[in-house]
Amino acid sequence: MAQDDAKNNDKTSGEKQRNVTRRAALVGMAGAAGTVLARGADGQEVQVSSGSRPQVPPDPTKVIGRLASEFGERSPFERLERVTSFSRSSSETPLQNLHGTITPAALHFERHHAGVPSIDPDKHKLIIHGMVSQPTTFSVSDLKRLPAASRICFIECSGNLFRDAPEQTTAQLIAGMTSQSEWTGVMLSTLLREVGADPGASWLLAEGADAAVLTRSIPKAFWDEAMVVYAQNGEAVRPENGYPIRFLNPGCEGNTSVKWLRRIEVSDQPFMTREETSKYTEPVKGGVSRQFSLVMDARSIITYPSYPNTVEKGWIEVQGIAWSGRGKIAAAEVSTDDGKTWQRAALQDPILPKAHVRFRHMFKWDGKDTVIMSRAIDETGYIQPTRAAFMQARGPGSGPYHQNPITGWRLKAGGDVVYRVEEWA
Amino acid sequence: MYQVKGGTMPDRAVTMTWLLVICVCVMAGATFAGEDDEEAVVYGFGRPATAEEIAAWDIDVRPDGKGLPAGSGTPAEGAAIYVAQCAACHGAQGEGGLNDRLVVHSADEPFPLASDVNAGQHRTIGNYWPYATTVFDYIRRSMPFTAPGTLTANEVYSLTAHLLHLNHVIPEDAEMNAQTLPKVVMPAHGKFRLDDRQDFKEVH
Repeated sequence: MAQDDAKNNDKTSGEKQRNVTRRAALVGMAGAAGTVLARGADGQEVQVSSGSRPQVPPDPTKVIGRLASEFGERSPFERLERVTSFSRSSSETPLQNLHGTITPAALHFERHHAGVPSIDPDKHKLIIHGMVSQPTTFSVSDLKRLPAASRICFIECSGNLFRDAPEQTTAQLIAGMTSQSEWTGVMLSTLLREVGADPGASWLLAEGADAAVLTRSIPKAFWDEAMVVYAQNGEAVRPENGYPIRFLNPGCEGNTSVKWLRRIEVSDQPFMTREETSKYTEPVKGGVSRQFSLVMDARSIITYPSYPNTVEKGWIEVQGIAWSGRGKIAAAEVSTDDGKTWQRAALQDPILPKAHVRFRHMFKWDGKDTVIMSRAIDETGYIQPTRAAFMQARGPGSGPYHQNPITGWRLKAGGDVVYRVEEWA
Repeated sequence: MYQVKGGTMPDRAVTMTWLLVICVCVMAGATFAGEDDEEAVVYGFGRPATAEEIAAWDIDVRPDGKGLPAGSGTPAEGAAIYVAQCAACHGAQGEGGLNDRLVVHSADEPFPLASDVNAGQHRTIGNYWPYATTVFDYIRRSMPFTAPGTLTANEVYSLTAHLLHLNHVIPEDAEMNAQTLPKVVMPAHGKFRLDDRQDFKEVH
């Protein structure tokens, strides 16, 4: 579609022209052909030609292994990749290939509105001003001297749904714009105390140092949990995730966790930036659009079995992730009969608030055509809705943000697993 | 520091008891004081921000006009700049191309309704943007895409005026400046409501 917004390629029905590309299909197949680098026993990199498996000794117990290295690499047999959008303004996490709940930083989804900026951390600064008694400029090292805090939580793009996906679609393409990390930095409350924020302040503007100079207004209700973070899974935040510092707004739509943070302006009203008016608002009933709907509602997705897996009759461990922006996941339920009945899945520790939780459910498949699906229930009692219930509540034109309907996978007689296609309108 | 006065001197056991009480009190006090401190202490890291460095970055514009710079522009002036800076991505008349459509098809193009399956696609300045100041703010900070932040205040006022005119919001001869722009009432004004998802038992 010619309307594709190169700067705003959220996963919406109209903008999904991207992605069922050959590249996506290739990535969908594990172990796609290509040139890879391996390391020989001497630690030297060796290139392995396209289409063949990396060459390794037939018996690793008979050859001295390679020596210690400065920076670890994954095995040449492992080739997990993000899938990038047509305009390369976003990429998605391979949910179907991950284990546990932490997303490797190199596979964290991306969404940027004007590319990934190159920033020298020694020159970067964060200015906090506005309704404060002492406008202050912090260097990155200043921030690291303040009391640190760490938090494991998901970040999810509010446009995280491939609405009109065909059968040959991976979990990565359905919902791969959610990822989870352990973030480390400074509590926003610490910074606001440092600068003497006015108790009467009720909004703040967070601004990035990218070419979009992206801005979002954040209401006070979210300040207690918000952070300014410099580390992701123990090392510096990745460039595409906000290096050297980003805002972190747990449980909320990802764009409010403003990356490459350079400025916070404390205020008593919202700024009504383009991202919170023209974008990231959704039409609802009553002829209006919902605005500042920052919290991500509960959601889940089965990651195994899913396209392009094949399965056999007998016991199958259904696995997936569930999450909610309102707190802890209370339960994940799995249906193996197209939504007629539901069973409680086992939740795997840790169960953290505003975080991906892994669930699993043993299912004995009789080999007949069926649909498996999952739904999340969070500690507020909210139950992830069916697509029909969602559309009934919101209206079919309510896209493209905050869409969290139940999604499923069809197990075809014979063992092929495909996305369960549903009409949107 | 801490003394027990008066009365007979306590025996050894009583002394030890007092010492224990004192120790516990001091330790507990120290612990609580430490936690309290972290909630109250200002460490003073960072340095005072200068007025110049704030001014260089403080480019946001609020709906009430706060933040608008000096300068002005008209739709006619904006039309020429638009051809040079914007048309390649947004089309000759803002009809869209490589990038977003900016202009309504007609003056009565409705606000996108949730009941319309294509609602999400109909988001132009003329039917969806609730504040005219946002147009100025966004162009100034983010446009043109390949050279963001390079337009002068007059150029941004002119482009804002041109786009508002193409969207049938202001007349052809209207000059936009720090006084007039905040007074422009957009067709979508009042069409937004704050997050109302209160009952979490409901689908919303």
